[in-house]
Amino acid sequence: MTTAAETPVPALGRSRGRVLRRLARNRMALIGGALLVVVVAAGVFAPWLAPYPPTEVHFSTPFQRPLTVGFALGTDDLGRDLLSRVLHGTRVSLQVGLLSVLLAVVVGVPLGLLSGYWRWLDAVVSRLVDLMLAFPFLIVAVGLAAINGGGLGNAAIALGIAHVPTMVRVVRAETLRFKDSDFVLAAHAMDAGPWRVLGQHVLPNALSTIIVQATVIMPAAVLGEAVLSFLGLGIQPPDPSLGIMLSDAQQYLLRTPWPGVFPGVAIALICLGFNLFGDALRDALDPKSGS
Amino acid sequence: MGRYLLHRLWQSALTLVLASVVVFVGVRALPGDPAQAMAGEEADPATVEAIRAQLGLDRSLPEQYLRFAGQLLSGDLGTSVRTGTPVSDMIGATLPVTLQLAVYAMVIAILLGMSAGVLAAVFRGRWPEWAANGLSLVTLSVPTFWLGILAVLYLSVRLGWFPASGYVSPFEHPLRGLYYLTLPALILGLSHTAVVQRQTRASMVETLTADFVRTARAKGLGRAAVVFRYGLRNSLIVVTTIVGLQLGGLIAGAVVTERIFSLPGIGKLTLDSVFTRDYPVIQAVVLVVTTAYIVINLLVDLLYTVIDPRMRVSGRAR
Amino acid sequence: MTSSDKQPLLEIDDLEVSFGSGAAAVAAVRGVSFRLMPGERVAVVGESGSGKSTTAHAVLGLLPGTGRVTGGRILLRGEDITHADEKRLRRLRGREVGLVPQDPMANLNPVARVGRQVAETLMAHGVASRREAAARTVELLAEAGLPEPRRRARQYPHEFSGGMRQRVLIAIGLACRPELLIADEPTSALDVTVQQQILDHLDRLTRELGTALLLVTHDLGLAADRADQVIVMSQGRVVEAGPARTVLTDPRHEYTRKLVAAAPSLATARTREAVTVTAPAGRATATAGEGEPARPVLEVDRIAKEYRVRGRGGVLRAVDDVSFTVAEGRTLAIVGESGSGKTTTARMVLGLVPVTSGSIRLGGEDVSGLRGARRRAARRSMQPVFQDPYASLDPMFTVERLISEPLRIFRVGDRASRRARVAELLDHVALPASVAHRYPNELSGGQRQRVAIARALALGPRLVVCDEAVSALDVLVQDQILRLLDTLQRDLGLSYLFISHDLAVVRSIAHDVVVMRHGRVVEQGPVERVLSTPAEPYTRQLLDAIPGSGVLG
Repeated sequence: MTTAAETPVPALGRSRGRVLRRLARNRMALIGGALLVVVVAAGVFAPWLAPYPPTEVHFSTPFQRPLTVGFALGTDDLGRDLLSRVLHGTRVSLQVGLLSVLLAVVVGVPLGLLSGYWRWLDAVVSRLVDLMLAFPFLIVAVGLAAINGGGLGNAAIALGIAHVPTMVRVVRAETLRFKDSDFVLAAHAMDAGPWRVLGQHVLPNALSTIIVQATVIMPAAVLGEAVLSFLGLGIQPPDPSLGIMLSDAQQYLLRTPWPGVFPGVAIALICLGFNLFGDALRDALDPKSGS
Repeated sequence: MGRYLLHRLWQSALTLVLASVVVFVGVRALPGDPAQAMAGEEADPATVEAIRAQLGLDRSLPEQYLRFAGQLLSGDLGTSVRTGTPVSDMIGATLPVTLQLAVYAMVIAILLGMSAGVLAAVFRGRWPEWAANGLSLVTLSVPTFWLGILAVLYLSVRLGWFPASGYVSPFEHPLRGLYYLTLPALILGLSHTAVVQRQTRASMVETLTADFVRTARAKGLGRAAVVFRYGLRNSLIVVTTIVGLQLGGLIAGAVVTERIFSLPGIGKLTLDSVFTRDYPVIQAVVLVVTTAYIVINLLVDLLYTVIDPRMRVSGRAR
Repeated sequence: MTSSDKQPLLEIDDLEVSFGSGAAAVAAVRGVSFRLMPGERVAVVGESGSGKSTTAHAVLGLLPGTGRVTGGRILLRGEDITHADEKRLRRLRGREVGLVPQDPMANLNPVARVGRQVAETLMAHGVASRREAAARTVELLAEAGLPEPRRRARQYPHEFSGGMRQRVLIAIGLACRPELLIADEPTSALDVTVQQQILDHLDRLTRELGTALLLVTHDLGLAADRADQVIVMSQGRVVEAGPARTVLTDPRHEYTRKLVAAAPSLATARTREAVTVTAPAGRATATAGEGEPARPVLEVDRIAKEYRVRGRGGVLRAVDDVSFTVAEGRTLAIVGESGSGKTTTARMVLGLVPVTSGSIRLGGEDVSGLRGARRRAARRSMQPVFQDPYASLDPMFTVERLISEPLRIFRVGDRASRRARVAELLDHVALPASVAHRYPNELSGGQRQRVAIARALALGPRLVVCDEAVSALDVLVQDQILRLLDTLQRDLGLSYLFISHDLAVVRSIAHDVVVMRHGRVVEQGPVERVLSTPAEPYTRQLLDAIPGSGVLG
């Protein structure tokens, strides 16, 4: 029997089983998880689920209303099937998001670990991070678009670079926290070298924080892709992108709103799924929030 | 403290110089020959060479950089390839619009975010927390530029509550200016509300469950006094840092917002120059934006030392 | 003793406090009853989780989280305040009942001036106007023993030491002259000598003001020193109550007896005797210090550690000219308060912090400047056990992986033999083999410390460095771990370098002791000699500051 006042909750205690149990009990996590399954399935299986190729034009049937025969979500000004385009757009959004997260993780995690561990490196990495922060992602995207034109790869690079600094900071903070912990001290006393300490002690302990950070980056990158494509700096037409669809739909939105509604809803659902799940995961991992 | 100040100044200066190098190298990496472009497709090689010499493009890269830096320091940002006007004039005309929009949006984000964050922290586990959390989830998930489009459509065009586009300087017509900026600022601000709200909530919860707050209650202070005197002051410190870090995103957001509401700001200038490959303008805009970011974060850090007494003695305590 | 016809100041009657709600509700305090007369000093003693702090907080209506009173009554001067409304409680808190909380580092608002935090109390109760409050604050701070109160009032908490902060908290607690002061572990975060000064001061103030004191503490000795009545709590219930001296000298309840027996400050002599009597023959001579001297395992010769102080260009000598020798099969304790350099010394011995000068010899070989393979060999024969068993075990590792990590680092044996070794080690530290697949957070504090000890023993070291290894544990668990260390020493012929701030613990486990202060050795020698007839006034001061030392004589 313990009371909150007398027993400080251990800052670290966590085990996989308990986190999963907590997630399973959290309604938000379940909703978020279900949403993610649907969204990811839609993206992965888009080529098989979509009734038409996303760029196939049907000049005879522009601006079909939703729920018309053959076009479940209707068509746009060129008669392209909105359902097919939303499915493929979702696929592109997820691709860009995933690539950005990968870039942020691959660059950010090692930089964070190293700069947290070695003070002399910290000064260098900190300047680099400051520099990256000084260039907002749109500016980077603008630069890349100006050099190479748009495209999925450039959008992902711009968005990935944009999220490297936060990843570095988060991992660095975790490294600093664990570097001076007693269990790392104990490892040093057993003659564990820096790589063993970083790889076996610091990284596994920081992993949950990295995963949570990734669930923050993912929706941000999905939104970012939409913004870039909306501005004409991201995916280039006629490739499907939710951002481009919104940009196109803007012109005739007053007359026919649906081409401008479904892509927005799709983006919101993708992001909502990641945000809900990420929040729940953070709560489940937080030792301070009930058991 | 004085040491810390000097250290921060030195860091900021270094970042600025590095940023200018990145921009310089980046622009040199752009495809196409500016001399050829200026001279025109049909120009003979001698003319192109002359222009090249005039632009200093025949010198070594370090020499070119020094020249470039010298021009920057004297306020010369070059000339637009597209319009032939000095870039500094173009930025002078557009930057105020973006700054007004950004500041207005930040004020909205802070007011909305802090109130929602405080409510969520104070009424933990009750409906205000659920409402605040819901709001933050929605603003984080719904693309705000889409909200912007819908808002223009329904609030401006259909209902006529707000002007759909256009800009009036608030310095000339204060009320009308604010009115024109309100919808754009609200849309831009909304996308940053969630971050402010979450940080406020987190720091409020941390403060309100801290031992020293229980001690304050044991003195006989009421809940309201504790929330405002203890919680708010501490979360203000956190929000201050956010403001600086959010600025990058805010500027990016401004580009989109200006596009939707046709505001003559720096975002519009950027987009126009990207699509016309107006390199001097792109280069200048990037420099101005990064400089603004670095300077504002420096100011935020200095403000920090004023708000947080722990910083006055020890320098950066974290 | 106060006569029974007077009205009690505080009366707690069959109190029950629960946490959580509905079916998940758990009672943290069950059927607790006691009374406190005006001006009386009552101590509530118990281990963590005994419900002692919860009881105290219930009086103030400040139960944390989901806690609420689910039964019984709390009467203040006959008035039932059990379920008083917020308005009534606000008048009560600070004005009628003051609080001195546990951790001075965490209980002052870091971003508000100290004076303001005192004045707040006065103004909250309308005792003083803003202007009067400022003047009164300076008086109160002076009264609490803060030097230069006028200047200090304008400073922020981070500019104060722990002891000074605690004085501020006392000033706050007594600001409105409450009739009852609740002191919740008021000094457990402080060094013993500071603890003594603070408690003396608190004693004097409450006596002068006639304030009744409800002292919450885990330390039986401290309770006996400072209270008229002692109430012993365990698992939410009162197990024993009575006059302080009686409870300590003649405990009736079994739990209290165990507690008294385990408290190092009260029961050292006995433990030590038992050890000597049961010691094997070879060791007995070593203990007695006769015959041939035991072989030295660790020889520390004039080591020093300097740190550059940033900004001022100065140098801080954290450890200055420290020498000592740990003999085979013996325990040497380094004792000192915070800032004495004892932990830095231990880290230098472990090779975690390089020495600035001097030499450290392990089994005759100088290890202070070693690198590479030879340092590895040195590390093999010397392993640490750290203070906080919560922090010193990687939470992502299973117990088996934790204990076998040193074996893996030193490439000892194969998978199967390592598994067998882990089982053997778990047996050594009296843990069931089934814990091998558990994670640290599934174990109790004592079990975790056993795991840490097992890990330290994995490579078969000759020397184990225990850095405050029992300080974070409750008294009964502490006693068990000390006994375990003792058994292991006899069975395996281990030597211990034992770092501690607690002289009472040192007295019960060590053969030799080094007393450190400000980085220097104040005094060293056999425990019996140094602790019974100390040559230095500082050692004397440390001994006198041990709570409860006077009770059993």
